[in-house]
Amino acid sequence: MSRAEVVESADAAVAGVEDGATVLVGGFGLAGMPFDLIEALIRQGAKDLTIVSNNAGNGEVGLAALLAAGRVRKVVCSFPRQADSWVFDRLYRSGEIELELVPQGNLAERMRAAGAGIGAFYCPTAIGTPLAEGREEREIDGRRYLLEYPIRGDYALIGAYRADTLGNLTYRRTARNFGPVMATAAATTVVQVDQIVEAGQLDPEAVVTPSIYVDRIVQVQTRRHTVQGAR
Amino acid sequence: MTHANDPSAGAPMRADHPLSMDELAAVIAADIPSGAFVNLGIGQPTRIADHLSASSGVVLHTENGMLNMGPRAEGDAVDPDLTNAGKVPVTELPGAAYFHQADSFAMMRGGHLDVCVLGAYQVGFQGDLANWHTGAPDAVPAVGGAMDLAIGAKEVHVMMPLFTRSDQPKLVPLCTYPLTGVGCVSRVYTDHGVFEVGARGVRIRETYGVGARELARRLGITDPDTPPTG
Repeated sequence: MSRAEVVESADAAVAGVEDGATVLVGGFGLAGMPFDLIEALIRQGAKDLTIVSNNAGNGEVGLAALLAAGRVRKVVCSFPRQADSWVFDRLYRSGEIELELVPQGNLAERMRAAGAGIGAFYCPTAIGTPLAEGREEREIDGRRYLLEYPIRGDYALIGAYRADTLGNLTYRRTARNFGPVMATAAATTVVQVDQIVEAGQLDPEAVVTPSIYVDRIVQVQTRRHTVQGAR
Repeated sequence: MTHANDPSAGAPMRADHPLSMDELAAVIAADIPSGAFVNLGIGQPTRIADHLSASSGVVLHTENGMLNMGPRAEGDAVDPDLTNAGKVPVTELPGAAYFHQADSFAMMRGGHLDVCVLGAYQVGFQGDLANWHTGAPDAVPAVGGAMDLAIGAKEVHVMMPLFTRSDQPKLVPLCTYPLTGVGCVSRVYTDHGVFEVGARGVRIRETYGVGARELARRLGITDPDTPPTG
């Protein structure tokens, strides 16, 4: 049974996440972050998680709350250091959390590769920098590239705007960010949306994530937050 | 391409004093070709947007997934779902488009972005860029899209004060900070002058409030009159 399931609560949506799982978490800063799913994951109790997300938490909400609850062993992200990333900063400096820093475009493309069945790819980003150390390099047509491997998730937790009952998704503005890529890259993709409508009520031309990538959908009263201290 | 020294450009810049960052932003804005697709880095480069007129036809790209980004949002216009790469709420201009992260970075790497202007800790005479990590042992490293922009945009320009607070040059023969990209920068805009950098070395294009010879001496550039040097 592979069609998406509409579930009644965020708790039901995150059921089954196991200790040690790799979880892709959508959002850029707080735009597009699936707050309800993350809070449900905190209640659910899974620990030793590897989290893949662009940032490593803002303020005390969302991903920062999951980190503060001590459930995360490792963060794979591009930009942990921000004006309001004090939760991560403390865990990192005290050695309680591992960081794998990945340039933002590689983070996206490595998940895209996972979702598209690409075994690895060569990319010029980070050539000649400390992030290239120990990595396989190849020259193609006179340009140097690094070998990049896919990033797969056991789960993806993402925030979208509207879903239909089949799991087709639309997004709002820059809250789209990592959602469409993460949706393709996880074994189980879980989505919170502002609104679920009947199949046929979304303009097929406007669907951004087709339903084939979506496993569970829950409608929530979406809360939105701006990042404090952004400049 | 127009230039800020050209009176027809109407830019406020004068060459008899070091430029403020806002004056420098106006110089850079006047250099950006009409109709270019441009990414402005977090921090000082975002000021450049304030000096781009609607008639310039410049389209701003923000790497979190948008083209034709508008100015910062104020009051009721603030929408947490619409931010720039620095996570500041912004607005959309007519003709805006949204796209996901893999597409956003494909635009860079694929050579579709004409110009990006980034801040920097250091730039090397041959165009090496250091702008992501001070290398301090207790620092939390963060790279974001800097390494992708550095190798992706057709032209990578830097906007920065030329000297640190302790008066050390930030345009240097070789970067001592960890690199973001190798040989990727082609032009450096600073409060004391504009420099062309690259494989053939550094050349002073113009100076503000200081003579070219004096500036060359302070930076260790061998002879400003016989470009290129390295």
